[in-house]
Amino acid sequence: MDVRPRAHAKPLSLIIEPSSGWIPIRLRDLWAYRDLLYFLIWRDVKVRYKQTLLGAAWAILQPVMTMVVFTIFFGGLARISSEGLPYPIFSYSGLLPWTFFAQGLSQASNSLVGSQNLISKVYFPRLIIPLATVTAGVVDFLLAFLVLLAMMAYYGIWPGFAIIWLPLLLGLAFATALGVGMWMSALNVQYRDVRYVVPFLVQIWLFVTPVIYPASTVTARLESFGLPGWVFGLNPMTGVVEGFRWALLGVDSAPGPLILASSAVTAILLATGAVYFRRMERTFADVV
Amino acid sequence: MNDMSGDVVICARGLGKRYRIGRREAAYGSLRESLANLALAPVRRLAALSRGEPLRRKPEIICALEDVDLDVRRGEVLGIIGRNGAGKSTLLKILSRITEPTTGRVELVGRVGSLLEVGTGFHPELTGRENIYLNGAILGMRKAEIDRRFDEIVDFAEVERFLDTPVKRYSSGMYVRLAFAVAAHLDTEILLVDEVLAVGDAAFRKKCIGKMDGISKDGRTVCFVSHDLASIRNLCTKVALLVEGRVELCSHPEATLRLYAEGLVSAGNSWERPLPSGGRPSMTALSGVLVRSSRAGQVASGEPLEFLISYQAEETGMQVHFAVGVYSALGEKLVHLTTRDHGSTFRSELAGTVRCRIDRLPLPPGQYVINVSMHSGFERLDHVPAALTFTVDNGDFFHTGRMTTESDGKVLVDHSWGLVGGGCG
Repeated sequence: MDVRPRAHAKPLSLIIEPSSGWIPIRLRDLWAYRDLLYFLIWRDVKVRYKQTLLGAAWAILQPVMTMVVFTIFFGGLARISSEGLPYPIFSYSGLLPWTFFAQGLSQASNSLVGSQNLISKVYFPRLIIPLATVTAGVVDFLLAFLVLLAMMAYYGIWPGFAIIWLPLLLGLAFATALGVGMWMSALNVQYRDVRYVVPFLVQIWLFVTPVIYPASTVTARLESFGLPGWVFGLNPMTGVVEGFRWALLGVDSAPGPLILASSAVTAILLATGAVYFRRMERTFADVV
Repeated sequence: MNDMSGDVVICARGLGKRYRIGRREAAYGSLRESLANLALAPVRRLAALSRGEPLRRKPEIICALEDVDLDVRRGEVLGIIGRNGAGKSTLLKILSRITEPTTGRVELVGRVGSLLEVGTGFHPELTGRENIYLNGAILGMRKAEIDRRFDEIVDFAEVERFLDTPVKRYSSGMYVRLAFAVAAHLDTEILLVDEVLAVGDAAFRKKCIGKMDGISKDGRTVCFVSHDLASIRNLCTKVALLVEGRVELCSHPEATLRLYAEGLVSAGNSWERPLPSGGRPSMTALSGVLVRSSRAGQVASGEPLEFLISYQAEETGMQVHFAVGVYSALGEKLVHLTTRDHGSTFRSELAGTVRCRIDRLPLPPGQYVINVSMHSGFERLDHVPAALTFTVDNGDFFHTGRMTTESDGKVLVDHSWGLVGGGCG
């Protein structure tokens, strides 16, 4: 929708017209609605574990149980390499950002459809909905992070100086979830197929991300084909997961090329996602 | 009357909204269909060519709104009326930026708040206090603003004692009061309201209408969609009548309401109206039957008249009530007929028809509008305002040979006169 605040005459005057072509993101609009963003995040956090027996413990149980299963089957039975680290902490440090990403993506994809009563009754920048959904996941992430700290203490692993990169790596996971989430949520308004595609997508994505196995297994294979190792980083979650292990557990060298490749792909996902979302936004209320 | 020389704060020119047909029924397709359409398109075109049809068929389009011009000045209360599907809600949705127009443009001066539904975004698990903040933010209020008006909102809603109870435990009356209270404290210069005053009990409705009146006295502008012609007449300084997506008239309330009533009557001679029915228990048709009719579609004062209400229910044996409200063309409620007053609830069939019979129609000549509703216990299952209209002709209500006239008041009452005592002889 093309709504231009007018510079002259009265301070608060706006024009509503049919829009066409490219629609700017209009970050200022988002900023004006920051209180709504805050309350939606707060609602999501508050409501997520209402009327569950275990409450917020679910935020910890999900990655911890997955870690136990992975440790038994992949670490124990299949003897997958964990680069000299204890397998539980190796897999958990990967599961941590992965769970954040997977939950953020799944919930963001259904967020618009789940808010159809809002969309058809009130105006606000629609981008706030997937944004709030992904952001609310940070709370779960922080809870699960406490478990990692406990495990590190148990195994006597101390993070190095590289830990200062951790917020940026979390930001990368956030941006990836939001970028793909914008695509999926906007598509979901038009095509409910997305609801069935996303769980499948997340499952496949887990296997092409070095959560269960170290990235070196894949990069070594790529290099044996004469391809540079950073190609694996074209999956943005590769950069995130490897980055997490490096920043927290002090795995020897910085996975710089992987992270750079991942960041570039994420930037593209974020930009195209935002453009597509804005293009579709004007018809949400009519179609949803 | 408000200051008519105020600035124009809503200025719409040539506003239109078109939907491609089928878009609304099959609101979303599946990806498979889209892909299949894409793949089959060339085949279909070839087939069409071989049959000698034109290559591009014109897509069928519904105009929900067409070429609407509207000027609303500061401090005016604009009522928007029209039959179901005339485009009233679409107009409000465009003004509130929820959906975008296909043609035309609108200029709005000032902050716009819209109240298209009571309690949008209320979360049942959250407490009253939490929902005030959430709902306020959804309606576009800043947190500081809500803080400032919090006590007023709670006062207005009369829910102090339940502030920390999840709203899922609220009675529906409390829920509605809280929801309206938040919206009523929106401090925007322009307020768009859709048919929300039809909620809550009578006392609270009165309070809401008072609040709306206060808002316009503050020099703020209100656009107000309603089927409740009486509150339109009481509140509005100007009324726009929408007919099939166009503005038929935008003028003084009396003039517009009169035109609306005439339009209803001329279109209402069929005496039978299919009613919109949802998946829930609802009414599906209403007809007026003239038991002894002199002319088609018209009944005379004093003649018998029956209303037949067809309905569908979810199961057999539901306890249902029906009510028929008879309104004057200007929206005053004249008569309320309900099964409840006769102690008769109906045990519903899956679908059926009930009859309401008036033996001697106690109405003077004029035009009348019927609202019907269906209830179960105290829950209103369905409500159709302006479901049917009819004209009453002059007739011999009192059996004296005198024909009733429009100056016989609003309702005719059977009565008798006699002398008291012996008199003067």
